[in-house]
Amino acid sequence: MLSASEDAVGLATVDRPGELAVGVDGLSVTYRTTYEKKPTLKTTLIRLGRRERTVRRVEALRDVSFAVPHGAVLGIVGVNGAGKSTLMRTIAGILPPTEGRVVVDGRVSTLLALGIGFNARLSGRENVLLGGLAAGLTREELARKHDEIVEFAELEDVIDLPMRTYSSGMYGRLAFSVAVNMEPDILLIDEALSVGDARFKKKSFEKIRSLCDQAGTILIVSHALRTVRELCSEVLWLHQGQVAMHGNPDAVIESYARFLEIGESDLALEDL
Amino acid sequence: MSTASGTQVRSARFRSAEDEFGVVHVHEPHRVGLPPLRSYLSEFWRRRAFALELARTDLRAQHFNTALGQLWLVVNPVLLGLTYFILVDIVRRGSRGPDFLAHLMLCLFVFRFVSTSVTDGARSVVGGGRLILNTAFPRTLLPFSSTVAAFMRFLPTVVVYAILHAVSGLPVGLHVLWVFPILALVAVLAFGASMIAAAAQVYFRDLASFLPFFTRIWLYASPVLYYAEEVPDRFRLILDANPLYPLLASLSDVVTRGERPHAGLLALGLAWAVAIFFAGALFFVSREREFAVRL
Repeated sequence: MLSASEDAVGLATVDRPGELAVGVDGLSVTYRTTYEKKPTLKTTLIRLGRRERTVRRVEALRDVSFAVPHGAVLGIVGVNGAGKSTLMRTIAGILPPTEGRVVVDGRVSTLLALGIGFNARLSGRENVLLGGLAAGLTREELARKHDEIVEFAELEDVIDLPMRTYSSGMYGRLAFSVAVNMEPDILLIDEALSVGDARFKKKSFEKIRSLCDQAGTILIVSHALRTVRELCSEVLWLHQGQVAMHGNPDAVIESYARFLEIGESDLALEDL
Repeated sequence: MSTASGTQVRSARFRSAEDEFGVVHVHEPHRVGLPPLRSYLSEFWRRRAFALELARTDLRAQHFNTALGQLWLVVNPVLLGLTYFILVDIVRRGSRGPDFLAHLMLCLFVFRFVSTSVTDGARSVVGGGRLILNTAFPRTLLPFSSTVAAFMRFLPTVVVYAILHAVSGLPVGLHVLWVFPILALVAVLAFGASMIAAAAQVYFRDLASFLPFFTRIWLYASPVLYYAEEVPDRFRLILDANPLYPLLASLSDVVTRGERPHAGLLALGLAWAVAIFFAGALFFVSREREFAVRL
């Protein structure tokens, strides 16, 4: 069941030149991290005295290869810890590959950690500016897009207030709005489709649809299988850091749901 | 992050880059733990507006943009300087003159530029939280921004020193122009130290609570509350091991005394600044891709 399937829509276009938005080739990512949430010198010294190891190796991705053509919407599914977020961060250039190579053709916009929330003491406006500049946009581009971003997020009244006064829904809306309004060629979204209330969810869904229509490439990590099936042109299923299946959304989601032993019940498909 | 225009050619399957940045990004394993430096530097340069804006935001949060806020930034170090002067003058039985006050103020202001850069730098990456998890950019921009903010805070104190210098009737000669290269070296050293503190803070979160002690000891080990030549031989090691000693001593020579700086001292200062900078850059850059999984 965990063998890579290659009947994929996406893989068919691999050999056509100039059509790939994202190419991942033999990608492995291994990193070392600590068990502790907040490592300190004190605990390190104490553990050193006890000869305990505090660092563990995580093999997050193992020999992952796939290709995404321009204009495709790739859904990425998998259980927790399957390596989905690591894959997104590697494509975004945040984590370096340990082996293999990732080629990304186009301007990338990311919505990986919920909230652009750089600094809750700063206003929404300052956070948008700082986040945009860090992403490599110019002041002029950001000034041009500012109103659009704020309007889409429906935060006109509070944009100059410190972000600590925002509700979590407002945080999510602003982050989503920033990510989609940067005119990205490639949009990376990690579990953030369900921001805001039902109405905003619908709005963000439509926004993504319209981005698809503009031939934007979108990679979405989501547990909401119904959303994935409706939005995506192909689906990649990651399991324990490897590609379990890649191809047609219906086929992959069916196998994945069967794997989860939940069947395609309403509960499983619900956007929880 | 690796916008390497040279690598575009290799991927014929990808359409060619369209805008001035070269939009094809190739992410590959880092050789010897370092990202490709040329593209790293160009990405750094391209996002310099981010570091400046971050520094400005930081200062705005401290009301730097208001007259009272600026006044406070001046009053604080001046009061501290006066306190130290009284302390030292009592210890030295009142033998210190206005030239020493000028030396103390000058070196204290410069020292505070470095120490602020280090303490703010230590918080820069850990405080960068979500931005680091969400966006790829050269992380050195964060400690760099701390150094820029510290420098902006240092600037008003230059005016204070100038007034003190004039009031004390100290000489002004051509040698004073040496302040520019010397301060540039101090800034390089401050940025290097800021990178070290920022990266170390990721691994040891309690570092910030040790820093005040560290900076205080560093201050006492620097020729700020005394002249470098007053240090007895058996304590020479303190100066020799202090990266700031040659720069502070040279600064005091050229500014408060209007003398030509000692070539040997300048060379030592240059060596220290370059060494700290490269040590910091190497430590930070070789580890910065790990920050996203360590925060």
